[in-house]
Amino acid sequence: MNKIQVITSINHEEVEFLCEPQETLLDVLRDTLGRTGTKEGCATGDCGACSVLVDDRLVCSCLVLAAETGGREITTIEGIATEEGLHPIQQKFLDHAALQCGVCTPGLIIATKSLLDRHPDPDETTIRYWLAGNLCRCTGYDKIVRAVQDVARDLAGPA
Amino acid sequence: MEAFAYVAPSSIDEAVAELARHAKKGHRTQVLAGGTDLLVQMRGADIEPRILVDIKNVAETNRLHLGNNEIFIGAAIPSAVLNENAELVELLPGLLEAADLIGSTQIQGRATLGGNLCNASPAGDTIPAMIAVGVSCVIAGGKGQREMPVEKFVVGVGRNALEAGEFLVGLKIPRPKSRAADAYLRFTPRTEMDIAVAGCGVSVTLDAKGLCKEARVAIGAVAPTAILVPAAANALIGTTLDDAALAAAAAACSDAASPITDKRGTIDFRRKVVGVLCRRATAIARDRALARKVLGV
Repeated sequence: MNKIQVITSINHEEVEFLCEPQETLLDVLRDTLGRTGTKEGCATGDCGACSVLVDDRLVCSCLVLAAETGGREITTIEGIATEEGLHPIQQKFLDHAALQCGVCTPGLIIATKSLLDRHPDPDETTIRYWLAGNLCRCTGYDKIVRAVQDVARDLAGPA
Repeated sequence: MEAFAYVAPSSIDEAVAELARHAKKGHRTQVLAGGTDLLVQMRGADIEPRILVDIKNVAETNRLHLGNNEIFIGAAIPSAVLNENAELVELLPGLLEAADLIGSTQIQGRATLGGNLCNASPAGDTIPAMIAVGVSCVIAGGKGQREMPVEKFVVGVGRNALEAGEFLVGLKIPRPKSRAADAYLRFTPRTEMDIAVAGCGVSVTLDAKGLCKEARVAIGAVAPTAILVPAAANALIGTTLDDAALAAAAAACSDAASPITDKRGTIDFRRKVVGVLCRRATAIARDRALARKVLGV
């Protein structure tokens, strides 16, 4: 066997795993590490359900080899909420009913975090383009966009 | 070969040595940069095991340098990183908007100009844009490094000019002078995340009187490879880039196209649209050049 040993950091916790050369980060997150919050949709980079941050860069984990992630900082949906409770993005998705079946939701939450980290006050066009790689087949995008706008308003604080 | 392997060399020499070592054993090798094409192919069209040679740990493939005379873009830099560099976007707006048209935010977090070029799709958006700005490809191999004009790099559908044991290190681009600018436009049925039905990249350099003294025009998705259209450039040079010149360049692009009919567009449609794109992209490049009086060195 030519398994590869990888030491990386997932949600600020050091993690060590063995992977096959062709295994993706998504495969390892879900099947090896049991972190099934990150969803598999298309496995070809079209749907965004598997979105994670690698060194704060938004990527599809289905298009990243696990073997490439040594020494990186990976953020998955499991790292978004804190001891105190849900992240404001998660809370606003609930408040606006911006989800139904929930399969796209982890990817959308991660993509929204990446958006707001870079553009704290995005206009609607920016939001829609940034999230264009996250497909939702239930809710439609309007409630999602409203939820993101609401979080941005809250994070900006009182005007 | 029965199983995949993954190696991540940390220098050009090491990468070349890895490619040579595995080739000598008769193993298939493939270079990995952003992986947005490669990993999809590995799951579908081409599942055969191979040695994946990840070039992202090679410093030169990550180097971005905006020199006084020349710009260097490492082959493995994700397009999102390039588009976050305001000076680069200001210098090469056409090339960067071509990169920004490819894929979602997630894809752009990984996809590279080098990968778009090596993948050699007839519809690769950055390829006509690269031809327009006169990219020279820096290639490393067992015999050292060589350079090749980008319009010669893609030799067929999905085929590039790299020889066994070679890989693309980066792209050299002449720094645009004052009163020079580029633009890229494509036609897609959707506004976002689609593949070009036709595309056109243009760069123009104006003299002090506003006459076009240099031009490069390239078209994509209307032939087996993106192609340079010298006849279109010749129609622009010596003019003020007025409507008549733009129409002549557009006609030259339509003439140079040899498109196919598929579900995305017919031969006649592609031929017409590529001319329209040439006309509009040239007007954008012209207006950018006019607005850019003091930029450059």
